Amino acid sequence: MTDSSFDATNPPSRELLNDCVHCGFCLPTCPTYQLWGEEMDSPRGRIYLMDLAERGEIELEGAFTEHIDACLGCMACVTSCPSGVQYDRLLEATRPQVERNVPRARSDRWFRSGIFALFPYRRRLRAAAVGGALYQKLRLPALAARILPPRLRAAQALMPQVRLRSAFASLPRRVRPAGAPRKRVALLSGCVQDVFFHEVNTATQRVLAAEGCEVLTPRAQGCCGALGLHAGRETHARERAKQTIATFEKLPVDNIVVNVAGCGSSLKEYGHLLADDPQWSERATAFSAKVRDVTELLAELEPQAERHRIDAKVAYHDACHLGHAQGIREQPRSVLRTIPGVDLVDLPDAELCCGSAGIYNMVNPEPAAELGERKARNVRAVAPELLVTANPGCLLQLRRFLDDVPMLHPVQLLDASIQGRRPTEAPMAE
Amino acid sequence: MLDRTAHEALVAAVGPENVISDPVQLRSYECDGLTGFRQVPSLVVLPHTTEDVAQAVRACHRHGVPFVARGAGTGLSGGAMPVADGVVISLQRMREIVDIDPVDRRAVLQPGVTNLDITKAAAAHGLYYAPDPSSQQVCTIGGNVAENSGGAHCLKYGFTTNHVLSMTVVLPDGEIVTLGGDTGEQLGPDLRGVVIGSEGTLGIACDITVRLLRTPETVRTLLADFPSVTAAGDVVSDLIAAGIVPAAVEMMDNLAIQAAEKAVGAGYTLTTPAALVVELDGPESECETQFDEVRAICDRHGCTRLHIAETAAERARIWKGRKAAFAAVGRISPDYIVQDGVVPRTQLAEVLSRIEGMGRNAGLRVANVFHAGDGNLHPLVLFDEDAGELERAEELSTDIAELCVELGGSLSGEHGIGTDKACSMPRMFGEADLSTMDRVRAAFDPRHLCNPGKLLPTPRLCGEQPGRYRPHPLEEAGVIERL
Repeated sequence: MTDSSFDATNPPSRELLNDCVHCGFCLPTCPTYQLWGEEMDSPRGRIYLMDLAERGEIELEGAFTEHIDACLGCMACVTSCPSGVQYDRLLEATRPQVERNVPRARSDRWFRSGIFALFPYRRRLRAAAVGGALYQKLRLPALAARILPPRLRAAQALMPQVRLRSAFASLPRRVRPAGAPRKRVALLSGCVQDVFFHEVNTATQRVLAAEGCEVLTPRAQGCCGALGLHAGRETHARERAKQTIATFEKLPVDNIVVNVAGCGSSLKEYGHLLADDPQWSERATAFSAKVRDVTELLAELEPQAERHRIDAKVAYHDACHLGHAQGIREQPRSVLRTIPGVDLVDLPDAELCCGSAGIYNMVNPEPAAELGERKARNVRAVAPELLVTANPGCLLQLRRFLDDVPMLHPVQLLDASIQGRRPTEAPMAE
Repeated sequence: MLDRTAHEALVAAVGPENVISDPVQLRSYECDGLTGFRQVPSLVVLPHTTEDVAQAVRACHRHGVPFVARGAGTGLSGGAMPVADGVVISLQRMREIVDIDPVDRRAVLQPGVTNLDITKAAAAHGLYYAPDPSSQQVCTIGGNVAENSGGAHCLKYGFTTNHVLSMTVVLPDGEIVTLGGDTGEQLGPDLRGVVIGSEGTLGIACDITVRLLRTPETVRTLLADFPSVTAAGDVVSDLIAAGIVPAAVEMMDNLAIQAAEKAVGAGYTLTTPAALVVELDGPESECETQFDEVRAICDRHGCTRLHIAETAAERARIWKGRKAAFAAVGRISPDYIVQDGVVPRTQLAEVLSRIEGMGRNAGLRVANVFHAGDGNLHPLVLFDEDAGELERAEELSTDIAELCVELGGSLSGEHGIGTDKACSMPRMFGEADLSTMDRVRAAFDPRHLCNPGKLLPTPRLCGEQPGRYRPHPLEEAGVIERL
């Protein structure tokens, strides 16, 4: 028997690989398979290649890495698999192997390092926001579209309309509940979320308070490590996880609430991520057990705040890291249905990723753009007045391809209903 | 290896961006849904149009290169396993629904369109495509044509061949012909019918025109538990004897129920020895009357729980459990073989008890999921390869298929013969039958280039027992490698 091509640090396990029976039920829900129709860019094909690498029959460098890199990590295959294959675990074990053992071309290395030097840092993101606002004022995007290489062009096209006031605003550390307290929770405010979607965080605080939750939002929190975890940067992810646990475990709260699908899924993974670290394993498991997506928490609470009518046809887009990775599909819908007048519609091909997928739309701009356009077509097909989704990555991606439909996070719509204003109007009294 | 001129001709036929030649990438095409049989192809081409397919086939024909058409690669008999030094023609970039004609109730499809997508596209017009193999969410219409696929509802509605009106076929020499026509009844020999179910040995079906049916006014689905598989089998016989033609009658035994329930949570009873899913469809009044009869027959045979699906969602769940059952068996056993055979309905009880005995003798568990209405069995032989049970399992699986023939049935109901059962064909057919089939095949493909080695036994194939891939000792020693 030849030796495995993986190194000895947490390679994808033989047992998990054996779970795949090669039935192919995952093919239709895989975004890259939908785009290219090539076996090695399907979950079944990728698992097959992992299997061969584990047997030492193929090397990691070359085609193997190319197809692992091409995976969005959307986990639609996990949902569609009848055999219970844990592709999420397999991918999470494989990506760090690639990062450690396969040298990347210099430009690729720089680009990836650049992303990780910027996104997880709120201060750097704010600095970038200043630059961005200036950049937009000077109408540079039109010029950039002509001269930048594809990856940088994609990254700049994703930049939202920057509002400096909200990028620099800070959240109140403690928000008191309306009426008798039902729960005490801590809010993860996120990095991209807090700088570019600050209003989602304030809406989350208001809605939770209106529903009787005391909300603590620690200032010292940093990046949760989700982007790194999903990109195979294990050391980064583990360090961030430990910091996040240390920040939150001190707080006397019932739950830790997240309003970013990607972050929520990684917070729930901490127990697994740190399982082999005796100092952290127990703490991580205890932490993960407390994590709830904001819609998950709201669905648990019997509504108490009065909802005002919003007569609108609202399309709900399942963020992959909420639907596929966390299995949260019904909760956001049931929360939105508590708003009188909302006509909630599903999208065709709802299980297909929009192409955002963490850093994917920056490192793989072409397939990401094709998927974005496809999702935009499916949204237009149901002609909604509003599109609602619970992930800033999806919002940034979809805005690029769909500038004619207003988009909100579910808590923003609920917030508007509770405040009794039109959803596209600015919220009252920050 | 392909020689250079053949390689260049194929690249020219479909364009370099539609060719896969990297040795690592080619490995992912070495098997279909039946992973025991593997062969790395020399090249994979992914045409976009019928003309591309014809160009690729012409190149193969000119250079004497064998080729195998491949749809979604879900087949369970190794029908899309590549041939040594051959080319795989993958139809996964031909996924366009060319036309839906709601007035004449027809759809024109490229071969890579999935079975379920036909129904999804037709649903807006109140129409659907009837054959529904359990893998319908992924299997393609091209593959359905090759295998003449059935599914749970073929008891009432028939197989693929009953629903394909016409198709454009690329013959093994690259000629494009149209077989069949817009009306069901055609003059002359039914060549369309000859090609359907020929397992990709007579050509490649490209533009396929299928019949669409009106979505039934009413659908009633019930789930009934029984104290034994025999009791459930008797219900099936009585249903048919009473003149009822259900849309589907499916049976699962306890092991299959456990697996499916684990995968889907469909609401099956975990402890029941057997369960039937009976579905009736049609006008409401007809459904009502027949439904009462079905209930009475179930009660007569000691039905322990009868559950009627209240909502469309619940009905979908019951079916999802049934349709996911094969793959779900992966949850209760490390490895398994899906078998496919047919017995006359009257032999159901007999075949089940004999299978049980054979399993006991072999020391292996056998789960049973099947289309009970037409006697199409899918015994699943469970084993653990790491415990050295593979050979015993393969033997038992073959014995079960051959038992079906012995009881007056068939080697395959719908999964095809492929690579897997070619060598069992002489059990079912005599010399004369087989040589006639071979002559039909030679009339289409005199050079034996189109999916060779499948369906019909050949001395080379059957002289030595085919088995799972085992590395050559030199391969293990790292002296040679498989490309």
